[in-house]
Amino acid sequence: MSDTTKVNIKAFRFNAETDYLPYYKSYEMEVGKDELVLDLLNRIKWEHDGSFSYRRSCRHGICGACGIKVNGKAVLSCKQNAMELIELFGNELIFDPQSKKRVVKDMIIDKGDFWEKHAAVKPFVVADIDEHPTHETTMSQNEVENILDADYCIQCGNCHYACPAIEVNEDYFGPAAFVAAYRFSVDPRDNAGKNRLEMTANLGAGVWDCVKCFECAEACPKDINPIEKITRLHNLQFEKGVAMRNVATKHAEGFVRSIKKHGFLDEADIVKYSEGPIGVLKHMGDAMKMMKAGKIHITDQIPFMGNMPKSKNLDEIQKLIKISQTNKL
Amino acid sequence: MSKLKYALYTGCTAKESTPELLSSTLAVADKLGIELIILEEASCCGASHLQDFDPFLSHVLNARNICYAEKLGLTMATLCNTCQINLAMTKEKLDHDSDYRAKVNEKLAEVGLEYKGNIKIKHFLYALIDDYGLENISSKVEVPLSHFNIAPFYGCHNIRPSELQNTSNGGENPYNPTSLDRLIEALEGNTVDYASKNKCCGFHVDLQAPHTSNALTGTALLDAIDNNADVVVTPCPLCHLNMDIKQKSAGKQAGRDINIPILHMPQMVALALGCTEKEIGLKYHVTKAKQLKGA
Repeated sequence: MSDTTKVNIKAFRFNAETDYLPYYKSYEMEVGKDELVLDLLNRIKWEHDGSFSYRRSCRHGICGACGIKVNGKAVLSCKQNAMELIELFGNELIFDPQSKKRVVKDMIIDKGDFWEKHAAVKPFVVADIDEHPTHETTMSQNEVENILDADYCIQCGNCHYACPAIEVNEDYFGPAAFVAAYRFSVDPRDNAGKNRLEMTANLGAGVWDCVKCFECAEACPKDINPIEKITRLHNLQFEKGVAMRNVATKHAEGFVRSIKKHGFLDEADIVKYSEGPIGVLKHMGDAMKMMKAGKIHITDQIPFMGNMPKSKNLDEIQKLIKISQTNKL
Repeated sequence: MSKLKYALYTGCTAKESTPELLSSTLAVADKLGIELIILEEASCCGASHLQDFDPFLSHVLNARNICYAEKLGLTMATLCNTCQINLAMTKEKLDHDSDYRAKVNEKLAEVGLEYKGNIKIKHFLYALIDDYGLENISSKVEVPLSHFNIAPFYGCHNIRPSELQNTSNGGENPYNPTSLDRLIEALEGNTVDYASKNKCCGFHVDLQAPHTSNALTGTALLDAIDNNADVVVTPCPLCHLNMDIKQKSAGKQAGRDINIPILHMPQMVALALGCTEKEIGLKYHVTKAKQLKGA
């Protein structure tokens, strides 16, 4: 078996200053088993077209400059082995910038929106510094572990530009900013935790607009799992009493209310409970459609007449809720 | 082949707003000779929202759910992607963190249960494909779906995060999943290749961010329509609900009409295996599947 594999790379090309429309250009090359995506980017530039543009710097997976997408998968070019991608996608590799709509030239995008949101959560320790400290600020093992791996973020933007909520909601902070918000909010030296939690609790911009698609977990080259930190921010809102009483928090808490009563989720009741008596009215159109199709029934909300199933051994479930519930709205 | 047997975790939706999911699943299992034992003791998995409020409670309740499949000594089969991920995430947490597992088991002991971690959890889609086998399904087809262009919509919680999901989904590539495509082909349908097939439907923010939800559902459905799909098929009842019920609002937001039936994965199999109209239950759809029988 030969040590190299023939690959057709289709690279996204666009120059915002001269091109009306973007296009893909094909480059054929033999790829060796140890080559990285960054090597292939270099070879396009050095062997085929000197005008091909991309960001690169450290080549050690730490500066976060070289994130691109290959066949839709977010990669850090200097960390991603090319052969692994060939195994995953076959011999045609499609190189795209992280975000096509933010392209300046080829693989280079304007990351301004990313930096703006990242900076907004105060990604640093906010503290009054004693100019002449007499002792170190120590952290306990638990405090260090509580930061999880949030400290490893290199701000490459892979998760941010893989996030579908960002794509359609420009107010949304996005996974990378939330990772930073979490990391500094749980730092025992920091004094801005409450402020950050309040920011990330807002509807529209905050964590409640996360669609739970796990694209960020898949996209992170440092395996940070941003959605885990988003969930922790949700939890902290309740633990620290920052959670506002709104449709999203009531929806999360409403599951306990339903499970306690039925074991199952009462699908109609959770909408009613989360939205409140006025808010629920905007769902009447959908409710009528569902009723007409036999998905829900007019009797569902009447005790003993409705169709609500009940879990067997419901008393066990009720007891477990009683002894295990830790948070309150 | 020895008879396949699973502990069926139905989830809430199959028992409530999508009864057609349960009836078609049971009909398919019956046709194929797969035994499904419904876990009547099971509770709601928390649908990815309960853990935002109270993660410990979510783990305790899901550990209890798994306990009942363990008692039967059977692989747990799920019908909903979100049930699948919540149960699988609970299992992963408890299997890899013995201190935490002890804390959960302390609570479970109060109701006479213990989480052992000795069974697998997989979505019914992968039970069909990886355990039963596509060739075996193919040989049972009575009504080939050759007249239909079928767009597979995978749903996030069966394919991401791949590290977790690959333990039960046959190593599906989250950027290019193929299982549903292969199932469609085994039923002799025409698969529709489109970019949105592995994307998010937006269901989980439908209450607090309807604009986001409509945008994601609308984009995916229009992508399927623009690639000549007659129907969309999904293994996730939450994707189904969002895509079936929200077509008018998603279309309004996108400025285009959207009208395309959304099938549950087992409904599609049931159609091809010649199950009855009642079992397939197309009448429960908001967007009627006029081109399919019984609608």
